[in-house]
Formats: sequence, structure tokens, C-alpha cells
Amino acid sequence: MNNFEYVRATAIPDALRAVADQAGSRFLAGGTTMVDLMKCGVEVPSALIDITRLPGLDTIEAGPASVRIGALSRMSDVADHPTIRKEFPVLSESLWRGASAQLRNMATIGGNLMQRTRCSYFREPGVYSACNKRNPGSGCAALEGVNRGHAVLGTSPSCIATNPGDFAVALVAFDAAVYVENGKPRRIPIDDFFTLPGDTPDVEHPLSPGELIVAVEIPTSPALRRSHYLKVRDRESYEFAVASAAVGLELEADGRTIRDVRVALGGIATRPWRARTVEAALVGRTFDEPTVRAASRLATEGAVDHGEDRFKIDLAPRVVARALLTVGGTS
Amino acid sequence: MSTTSSESLKSNGAFLGRRIARADGVAKVTGRADYALEHDLADIVHAVIVESIVPSGRIGKIDLAAAQTIPGVLRILTHADALPLKSCPMVPAGSVMESFLPLQDDRIRYNGQPIALVVADSFDHAIEAAGGVRVDYQAEPAVADIDDPTARPIDVPGAPSSGMGRGDAKGALAAAAVRMEATYTTPREYSCPMEPLGTIAAWGTDGDLTVWMPSQWAEGARRAFSEWFAIPMEKVRVISPFVGGGFGVKVTAHADALLAAMAAREMRRPVKLALSRPQNFTGNGLRPAIRQNLTLGASEDGKLQVIIHENTSETSVDDDYVEGGAATARVMYAVPNLSSSQKLVRVNSFTPSWKRAPGEAIGAYALESAMDELAYKLKLDPIELRLRNYASQDPESAKPWSTRRLREAYDAGARAFGWERRSPEPRSMRDGHELIGWGMAGGAFPNVHTPGEARVTIAADGSVDVASSGADIGGGTYTILAQTAADALGVPFEQVRVRLGDTSLPRAPVAGVSQIANLLTGAVDKTARAAREELLTLASSHAGSPFKAKRANDFTIKDGKIAPTDGSAEAVMISEFMRMVGRDRIEVTRNTMPADKASSESEQRDAYDSFKYMGPSSATHATYAWCAQFVEVRVDEDYGTVRVRRMVGAFDCGRLYNPKLAESQWKGGMIMGMGEALLEAIHIDRRYARITNNNLAEYVVPVNADVPDIEVISVGEPDFHASALGGKTVGEIGVVGAAAAIANAVFHATGKRVRDLPITMEKLM
Ligand SMILES: Cc1cc2nc3c(=O)[nH]c(=O)nc-3n(C[C@H](O)[C@H](O)[C@H](O)COP(=O)(O)OP(=O)(O)OC[C@H]3O[C@@H](n4cnc5c(N)ncnc54)[C@H](O)[C@@H]3O)c2cc1C
Ligand code: SF4
Repeated sequence: MNNFEYVRATAIPDALRAVADQAGSRFLAGGTTMVDLMKCGVEVPSALIDITRLPGLDTIEAGPASVRIGALSRMSDVADHPTIRKEFPVLSESLWRGASAQLRNMATIGGNLMQRTRCSYFREPGVYSACNKRNPGSGCAALEGVNRGHAVLGTSPSCIATNPGDFAVALVAFDAAVYVENGKPRRIPIDDFFTLPGDTPDVEHPLSPGELIVAVEIPTSPALRRSHYLKVRDRESYEFAVASAAVGLELEADGRTIRDVRVALGGIATRPWRARTVEAALVGRTFDEPTVRAASRLATEGAVDHGEDRFKIDLAPRVVARALLTVGGTS
Repeated sequence: MSTTSSESLKSNGAFLGRRIARADGVAKVTGRADYALEHDLADIVHAVIVESIVPSGRIGKIDLAAAQTIPGVLRILTHADALPLKSCPMVPAGSVMESFLPLQDDRIRYNGQPIALVVADSFDHAIEAAGGVRVDYQAEPAVADIDDPTARPIDVPGAPSSGMGRGDAKGALAAAAVRMEATYTTPREYSCPMEPLGTIAAWGTDGDLTVWMPSQWAEGARRAFSEWFAIPMEKVRVISPFVGGGFGVKVTAHADALLAAMAAREMRRPVKLALSRPQNFTGNGLRPAIRQNLTLGASEDGKLQVIIHENTSETSVDDDYVEGGAATARVMYAVPNLSSSQKLVRVNSFTPSWKRAPGEAIGAYALESAMDELAYKLKLDPIELRLRNYASQDPESAKPWSTRRLREAYDAGARAFGWERRSPEPRSMRDGHELIGWGMAGGAFPNVHTPGEARVTIAADGSVDVASSGADIGGGTYTILAQTAADALGVPFEQVRVRLGDTSLPRAPVAGVSQIANLLTGAVDKTARAAREELLTLASSHAGSPFKAKRANDFTIKDGKIAPTDGSAEAVMISEFMRMVGRDRIEVTRNTMPADKASSESEQRDAYDSFKYMGPSSATHATYAWCAQFVEVRVDEDYGTVRVRRMVGAFDCGRLYNPKLAESQWKGGMIMGMGEALLEAIHIDRRYARITNNNLAEYVVPVNADVPDIEVISVGEPDFHASALGGKTVGEIGVVGAAAAIANAVFHATGKRVRDLPITMEKLM
């Protein structure tokens, strides 16, 4: 870890200015990603602007039309919020199935959206020179390396790194928006917030330097009320997803016909992955197991594997199907 | 499981055998137990290792210019200027300890090899500077792992290429009615102690070296320093009172210890060297990847005729580390014909080393999986097959067993588990999306013995001090030695203080092969009895004694009070008695060397700082601990994920000095076996011959949520061929058989036989 300056910001304009004023400065929230990556040598900031004392950014409002979560809310506070737990299960479940209790007590929602990939080659800059995400143009060591944890959807020849987050999968499924500040507020639909690697895997978000996330907002819907996050992994806890699904379901008054369905995938794509083809194949259809299983297979249509990660192409549809069958009450 | 920690300890006698909570527990959970790297020294400086990032070749130019500009950097050592070291031929070639000495030449043997050492005024400065060291490499082709296309199996140097055996294996196989052959593969695994490796070293002005490091064997580390730096043993002191888990990787001193001492000598200041978590993976003691080919031949009625065990395992470029797996096969069943052979594959890795139950863990995995496969072939219940081949004496040596309550273990385990309700067909039990599987396996672990030394001091206030350099690696040495001394002397448990893990104390051999509990209770019992005798000699003969009895045998010590057994006088507190006879202490040191060697200083040294005296605990009997393990798994039919829902282990470990501690060891071992069966594998990128999952997020071990209720049952009885106080080996047997029981349960659940650990979801999907 190299020397850096530490600044504790007490007002949003100060924080924005502090980052704007110094090249290489970064926001510090819970630090669970930032400090980790500094220890790995991936992040070498010149200054850390501690935003955890900024007032008013840790509120959680679960209203009838939307849930608004301040960027400094801790993962554990959101996961344990009584209304969220009861009314919008996918939001709570995708949080408490992430990381560990200690990490969730430190980690913030803003930081959570900004977490980086777990690609081993990305995380050891002193050893692997080829990583386009760290060092554009240097190549991708993972393509022919140990890549069981890598993505099969949304990849490009320059990067196959998985976006490892869980909560963001739920956000993507339910059309959330990210609110950011950079002098003036801006609303970014969640679909635009995570970019595909393409030729520029180093760019992961449309944020300009020094832009601060202040909140995320999730519109409520009947599907959000009947939602679920299913995370499949090698061990039972404290591990990133091998494959996960955030789903929600709304049936017509007949109790059988699908009016609205939401499906997003985690652990297998370069960004939290909305599976709109699965949704389209289900809307208007009768909810039953064969229909759900058949539609779920579309989840990995067009997927490309790199060897060790091949099984995920079969796995992910099964995860989607099980998640849907669970919310539908037939599993 | 029931625990009885609230049980009062005040009552006298027989502390051994009771479920006493660990003596060091409170200190540990309240942060008062001083682990090696928490030691504070004035004037200390910090060292950080720079590792090679290529696996093979030569070090070219090392450019230190950038690193040296970092503030606080004091010195950067490379092979160009590092102190020349002597090698330490401490243990038989290839076992446990690597011969590699860092910074001695420009040769690169493995990716992760230490090639420079930065010393700075702070840890952070040292890290920053380490990142600035620029190295040119002349890379050469490497052999990445056992599956590398260029890997070449060779015979073990110095060993017969035909292997070992009994009877006529080939002939018996040709004649066998039923044959089963399979290859079982296990990956490199790391023991992952919570406390990473690291060392603080300080040289005194008189050339004395003091080292704080976590060690399973302080005497062994002391010997290593003495050889490396060519200084007398007396000049070295190793201090290691607490060890945050070892599991083999702390049996011997490694490069971190050596480099800390080297830097401290250069700097003439104390040096602290803390390995990062990734460095723990890339530089120290992994179990090698292993291929075991097993062939069983049996008669139609399930009588084993022959076992052929062929093992190929990885070793390093420099050393011939052998992790054979045939030891369990040799003793487990009454099979007349057996052959075992061993090959090695040199890979560009550091020298592999022990991981809890080296040999036995992987050997039992293969053997007990093969027995399960054979049972299915013969349509026999797996327990029935084992009973038909029950060995009533050691089939290898034809010696009688000291004790072998394996039949009782099968029985007790099966009963507790409900084995008779198992439907033998694979895929015949399910619950919703989950396929249910029940599996079982057995295991054996040899009971070895090495002499030890102990000092027992009775102080003026009646308190008792027990001292040994032996380690408590978490198993409970502190506790059982206090129990032992309390029983031998007749004083309350709380009155005994135990000091361990310091070479200034009486010497002890390695806390490895699960021998330390038995050998140190033996040494402490002998020493405490001698101290008691000295006390009672005073009682019967000293002018100041208030007692009239004239023979030491006529006294009883109970609750810390001395009284004539016939009740002819009031009992007197030991402290009061010490005052009466004018003694401020009674101090006794004894060892358990064979009588004819006890007085030889050089023989004693060999006993404590080498493996020369490590051997079977009995000349007349075969002594082993035994187990039978039963497991229920649930396999998700869609994802192939395996979760263990129940485990039952029945163990014959002889007498238990403290059931609570023994049970913890068994359970911990079973959980470790679960990791080996389902989760753990070192991943190697063959292009770099480097470990990619060098951290605890990616090297996956079981967490609490993976661990179900585990029931452990003791079926042992005291075995005085095994040890002085009747215990058998406890610490490693829990691992042995656990992976096979799980793999067998997975087969029962799914009908799929996975012969390649760990059994991850993609292998079952
Ligand atoms: C061992 C481990 C296991 C984990 N397991 C999981 C898991 O299973 N599932 C999962 O989803 N996550 C997991 N995580 C990731 C974890 O959720 C994130 O590290 C955490 O949410 C980041 O939040 P933070 O507040 O600590 O962010 P920081 O570390 O403080 O910041 C992370 C990044 O976000 C930037 N940042 C922070 N706040 C803002 C803001 N308001 N506006 C703009 N930029 C900002 C920082 O500059 C930095 O670049 C794991 C992490 C670890 C270390
Ligand atoms: S997958 Fe992406 S992050 Fe990983 S090495 Fe390739 S470019 Fe870097």
C-alpha cells in the first residue's frame, strides 16, 4: 500500500471539490472494497475522501410508490429494514446473502454498486501484467487461464470478468435508478449504470470522476412484493455467487396467467444481467413448471464459455427456474 | 452434544477424564493470549518478502533504485549480498521440511519464491518499497503440476521401484473372482491456519538469537536456526506459547523465520516479518496433488484377496517429499496379498509438506471409496463387507492389536446414525429437489511415541508449575497437563499453572502425528509423581514435619492437603507444610527416554530435535486409533451442490484425558475432511505455475453454515501399550475417512461416483 492523504468530508460540496481538486483521489465509504484493492495494489489513490460522515445519506424510505435508499446506508441496515424484509424480499435477501455479517455492517449501498470484479488476474497487478481492465491494451490473462468464476454473458475478447455483486442483480430486475451528484443531481436508470466491457473494460459506469452516488430508488410493484433472490454457490455462506437469480412475479386475477415477471442473473455476466427474453417468453402464459423451465433456458442464449465456466450455461437457467417456481409457490 | 462446563472443579482427584473447559480459552477469546507477532520490542523494524513471479529460471538484474527512494527503507537484501547459510538436514530427506534456503543463489524454483527482502522502519514503508523492486528474469520452462503435459513420474530416489508389499499381489489378482480398479485424485490443499505465518527475531550483543514465531515444534525450530546460522543450540531461544492453528504448516521453521533472523542479524535490530495471506499460500507447506490407483481383488463372498495401491504425488525440484497413501490399506483389512508403490512428479513448486493426517487422509479417501465401490459390486452392505474382512491382528506385522474397537465403532456409529434404515439403491432417497445420500467409511491412524521432558515445581504457596517446550496448537495441551499434574499430586486443578512453547523450558518433540498429548501427559505424570515423592519424603523424615508416619507410602495428598492415610493426624495444606519444613520450593525434572539412554545428552537431543526416536509406541503390539464415520448429504438435483446434513463419528482413541477437548478435535477433523471432500483445491494457472486462489475468499473452506450437527462417540478403552496413561492418538483421526464417507454418500444420493476431489457442482450436474 502506498502513501495517500486522508480527508474526512463533512458536506457534499466539500467532498465533490476534494475529489475534483486532486487527481487520483477516491471516495472512501465502508472501505471493504477500497482498502482491499489498495492492499492488492489495484487501487493506488493519492487521497481518500471519507464520505461516511456526510449527513443525510443513510436514510431508508420504504414508501408506497418506491423504496429510496441513501448511498451511505449499510448493507446490514437495508437487509434488516422491517418493511423491506416483509414487503420487498428480493432487496433484503440479495443483501444478506452477500459477504459476511462483519462486512455487511461496514459496507454501504453506494460502495456496493461500485465493487469490482473478483478476477484473480485483476487482483494481482504485481504478478499478471495482462489485464485490460486494469491496464487497457495489455491483454486478458483470464481468457485462457483459471476462469471458473468468469462470465459467460456480456463478455468481449478484451474482458470476461464477472460483476460479482448480488444487490445490483435485484436492482436491475426491478428497474431501479441511481441518483448521483456532481454539482447538480442526475438520475441514471440502472440499465445504463453498468456498462458492458466491449473494448473498454476499464470503464464500468457512466460516472464522471468525482461524481457521488447519493441514493438508489426502486419503484415498487406487485412483482417486487412477490420476489426472491436465489444464490447458488459452492459453500453455504460467505461466498460470491456461482450463479444467482433475482425474480419477481405478478399473476392475473385468475391466479394462473403471468401479468408481470422479472428476471435478472448474477454471477455469470459482466454486468448484472436482465433476462428480458425469459420475461417476454413468460408474460401472458400460464404459470406452470414446464413453461417456466422452457422459458428459463433462454436465460443463457448466446452465452460463450471459456472452459472452466462452461457449466454455468446449464446452471443459470436452472437457478432462474427454481427461483421463479419458488415465488410461484410450485417449488 | 452435552457439555458440562459448569461442573465444579474444586472436588479432588481424577481431573483426567473430565470435560474441563480449556485452560487458555478465556485468555484467547479476550485477546490476552500473546501470539508471536503481537510481541512488542523496542527498536523493531519490519521486513517484507519480494517473491518471484516466474516459476523457473534465473534472476537477472535486480533494480533497487526506485525501492530505495521510499522513505524509511533501511536495507534490501538479495542473493547478491545475503548472508550465506548452512543447510539443516534435520529430518529424513524429503519429509516435512524443505531444504530450500532463500537468497542463496540466482536460481528460481517456484513462482512465489522469496528473491529479495525489504527492511524498513514500518510495515507500510516496507510493503511500498517491496512493490518497487524491479527484477529481470531469465525464465525457463516449468512443470506446473502433476497434470502438466511435461510432467514425468519418477521413482522415489533411494526407494525400491517395485514398492513394498506382502504375499503375491499379482497372482492373487489374477485368481480373484471380483476385481475393482479405480483412480482417485486429490488436488493440492492448504491447511489455512487462522494465524498466518510470521516471525520476530532479535539477536543479543552476545550472539544470542531469540525468536517469536508460531511453532508446532519449538525445539525443531531452534535446531534449524542453530544449523542455518552455525551457532550452538544454547544460543537460540524460540518462544511460541500460542499457536493459532498449525495443521502441519507450522511443524518446521520456513523461509519467513529464516529471513527474519537473517535480517535481524544484518540490521542489528529486532526484525518482524509478517507474511501476507497470499504469501502463506504461495510459499509454505501444501499437501501435494496426488493420484492413487487402487485395485481390489475379492472372492464372490466378499473376502478381500489383494490390494494394489499405486501412488503418484507431486514434489518439488529440490526435495523428495513423499505423501504415500498406502499405510491405511496395510492395516485396515485382513488381506493376505498387498503391494504398494510410489512415484513422484517434480513440479516447480515449493516442497510440499504435512497437512493434518498426511498420507492417511488421502489414503483412506481412496481405500474407503474403493471398498464402497466393491460393496456395490458385490451387493453387500458396506459395513458387512468391512466386517467380512475384519482384521483380528495387524495383517502387516502379524502382531496383536493393542486395542482395536473398530467393530464397536461400526456398531455405535451405525446405531446413532440409523444406518439400518438406509435403502441401498442409489437415488432411492429424496426430499423435494434434494437427493439424499448416506455413506460411511472407516479410518486408522498410527499411534506413535517420542520421549519428552517435563519440569514440575511445587512453590511455597502450594501452587504447582508445569513446564515444557511442547506446543499447544489448539488441541488442549495446557489443559490436560494441568489435569495430569493435579491428579498425580493431589492438588486442585486451578492450583496448577502450565507453561509451554518456549525452548528455555524442558524439551519436547514435535506436536505432530498427534503424539504430543500422550507423550507429555506421560512425562508430566512421571515428573509430578517424583515431586510428590520428594514432598512425602519430607513428610516422613524431615524434623520439621508434623507427622509421625515414617514411610512416604503412608500419606495421602488430597485437595492440596497432606495427611497420614490412617487419619492419625490433621491434614496440612502443602503451603503450610512447606513452611514447616523450611522449603521454598520442590522442583523436579524428568524425561521419558528409554532407561539406557536417559543420561546421554546427545541421545536426548536427538529425541527432541529430530525424528530419531519417533516410532511405534509398543514393540509387542500394533497400536492405532480407529474410527467409523457416517454421513448424510443432500444433493440438489438441479445444481449439483452437495450439503452435508448429518455426521456421526465413532472413535476408538483409547482413554480420553478430556472428552470435551477430544470431541472438539474429532469434530474439527471431520469438518476439515468435509472441506477436502467438497470445497478445497489449490488452483494453478499452468502458464505461470502459480497459485491463483491464494486467499481465503477464493480458497474455499467450510464456514459455520456448512457444518451440520456432528455427533461424536467414544468407543475406546484405556490402552497402556499406546501410552503411559492409556490414551491413543486423537488429533488427526477425525479427518481420516471423512472425505470417503461423504463421497460414498454422494454416490448413494446420485448414482455418480466422483473420484476426483473436491466434489464440486459441475461434477454432478
Ligand atoms: C471478502 C468479501 C466478500 C464479499 N462478498 C460479497 C458477496 O457475496 N456479494 C456482494 O454483493 N458483495 C460482496 N462483497 C463486496 C461488498 O459488498 C463490497 O465490498 C461493499 O459493498 C462495498 O461497500 P463499501 O461501502 O465498503 O465501499 P468502499 O470500499 O468504501 O468503496 C468501494 C468503491 O466505491 C466508491 N464509492 C463508495 N461510495 C461511493 C459513492 N457514494 N459514490 C461514488 N462512489 C463511491 C469508492 O470510491 C470505491 O471505489 C464482498 C467483499 C469482501 C471483501
Ligand atoms: S477478465 Fe477482465 S479483469 Fe480479468 S484479466 Fe481479463 S481483462 Fe482483466
